[in-house]
Amino acid sequence: MARYILRRVGYMIVTLFIIATVSFFLMKLLPGSPLQADDKLSEEQKAIVLEKYGLNDPVPVQYVRYVGGLVQGDLGISFAFDNTPVTKILMDRLGPSALLGFQAMVIGTILGIILGLIAAIFHNGPLDYTSTIIAVLGTSIPSFVFAGLLQYVFAVELGWFPVALWGEFQHTILPTIALAIGPLATAARFTRTEMIEVLGSNFIITARAKGISESGIVFKHGLRNAMIPLITVIGPMAVGLMTGSMVIEQIFAIPGIGEQFVKSVMVNDYPTIMGTTLLYAFGFVVIILIVDLLYGLIDPRIRIAGGKS
Amino acid sequence: MSKLLEVKDLRVSFNTYNGEVQAVRGVSFDLNEGETLAIVGESGSGKSVTSSALMGLLPKPQSIIKSGEILFKGEDLVKKSEKEMQKIRGKEISMVFQDPMSSLNPTMKIGNQIMEGLIKHQNMGKAEAKKKAVELLKLVGIPYPEVRVNQFPHQFSGGMRQRVVIAIALACNPKLLIADEPTTALDVTIQAQILELMKEIQQKTKSSIIFITHDLGVVANVADRVAVMYAGKIVEIGTVDDIFYNPKHPYTWGLLGSMPTLDSEDEELYTIPGTPPDMLNPPVGDAFAPRNSYALEIDTVMEPPMFKVSDTHYAATWLLHENAPKVEPPESVKRRIEGFAKTGAKGGETK
Repeated sequence: MARYILRRVGYMIVTLFIIATVSFFLMKLLPGSPLQADDKLSEEQKAIVLEKYGLNDPVPVQYVRYVGGLVQGDLGISFAFDNTPVTKILMDRLGPSALLGFQAMVIGTILGIILGLIAAIFHNGPLDYTSTIIAVLGTSIPSFVFAGLLQYVFAVELGWFPVALWGEFQHTILPTIALAIGPLATAARFTRTEMIEVLGSNFIITARAKGISESGIVFKHGLRNAMIPLITVIGPMAVGLMTGSMVIEQIFAIPGIGEQFVKSVMVNDYPTIMGTTLLYAFGFVVIILIVDLLYGLIDPRIRIAGGKS
Repeated sequence: MSKLLEVKDLRVSFNTYNGEVQAVRGVSFDLNEGETLAIVGESGSGKSVTSSALMGLLPKPQSIIKSGEILFKGEDLVKKSEKEMQKIRGKEISMVFQDPMSSLNPTMKIGNQIMEGLIKHQNMGKAEAKKKAVELLKLVGIPYPEVRVNQFPHQFSGGMRQRVVIAIALACNPKLLIADEPTTALDVTIQAQILELMKEIQQKTKSSIIFITHDLGVVANVADRVAVMYAGKIVEIGTVDDIFYNPKHPYTWGLLGSMPTLDSEDEELYTIPGTPPDMLNPPVGDAFAPRNSYALEIDTVMEPPMFKVSDTHYAATWLLHENAPKVEPPESVKRRIEGFAKTGAKGGETK
């Protein structure tokens, strides 16, 4: 087991390196320069600044320098945001994003699983149709429409929650709901489909033949067998949510990673773009490892080869 | 011997998009304590539906018990609620299923799957239930039960899994064990082992068994009595000797004639022409008439009642009516029956 995890961590580092390389060169293909929006500087001053940050060097040289910093844990210094180190920017901004993402994830998946279970148990009944409609609406309504709607109804009209900005717990409620609707819909759909299939399997009939109650059938025998596809989609979704949603953070003016990412792309702030991309990538590879380990916990047939379980 | 189970005029239908499918159309039989009854018939004859009805495991809401009684220890199971049935299932009546590869929960340890019923029905604690689970695994002939009890189904072979399924069914010493084609999905050598095991266990536990199968060879091996089902009805019922040495119904003749035996190599096997009737619109009269070369005119008009052949032997065919012409089974089938009688063995018997 330990050897397996060690090997996987090795793969993760290679993956991250490849992602860093590809995104570095892709980013260099972006039109414009970090100084394009700056009218106050003269051409000479601009040249000095470019020289100072090494932006005049050939791209491969810049790449080697960047990787050199990366290996030492240095993501560079932001061009646009008061010369702050990128690590500090990300750290400061990870808090709100992670909090919102976590809340949305927990609420979304729990409600989604419950909704999906209800739909599966009352298959083809009115409750099934209701929950399916909620799931379809959740997937098909764009989050910015939904977020705007929430702001209009609950903040502007009813005045229950602040419209936007970051601060108290009330500030997190509307963005959390807006973020949660996606995972809720996905979890509901997957749970429903999987549970219907699992509840139709032979071993469920065996369990019924033992005299197990309906709730025992659903929770002890059904849910665990329906979990595999569910965590496959929920894992990566969690990363996306916890590292910040660009759209939702923009709409609610939340100082999170997503909002930061949009801003830094606008001004060609190379180190920040790279830092954010790598943060996403890091989150994904870690979650994929966790999901793979969870598979083995949930389903003994997928126990990791090589290690004795 | 006292009666454990009495099924009276059981009728089960399925509501489908095309209409009502009459899967079981008036089945009656009884079962004594410690007795093994085999229910034989081809696919779609209603034998599995009958067993699901006994367990109260008919798929809801499509299926309905239209009429009839299932008297188990004098109580009518048809009238019981789902909650009451949960107390009977696994405790009084339990079931062994056809496909051992899919009838165990893949994510639960074997031990826990056996313990579930014990904890529920016999109020055992975990430790006690686990001890009992190990004993059960030993009873069904699984080596190293202390180790195996902590393993998952995928670590067992098909035959071993069926042993586990049998252990689950036996956990609470049920009065009635329903085995729905328990050997169909296994290869022949394993089949013989499982049959042997079931016979052995029955001698130890004295429970009654309803053995559902389409394999007459299996029947000869395990059953005391045989019920032959066709198109949702029992067409002939009797002791094993009645059915194998003195069959009366042309359908039973067909089944016996179509069964391969060790000494039938050079002989062409008898086949029953045609296909079973569509149970959406069951035919008027005797459902077997269209495939029956001995059919009489009355067969297309009126259903035959059960005619008594002896105290143990009944068959539903107009050929047994006093006014019917006397007919003999086809030559090949007759030779087959004589063969059974001569050797004392019934076809396909396994040693």
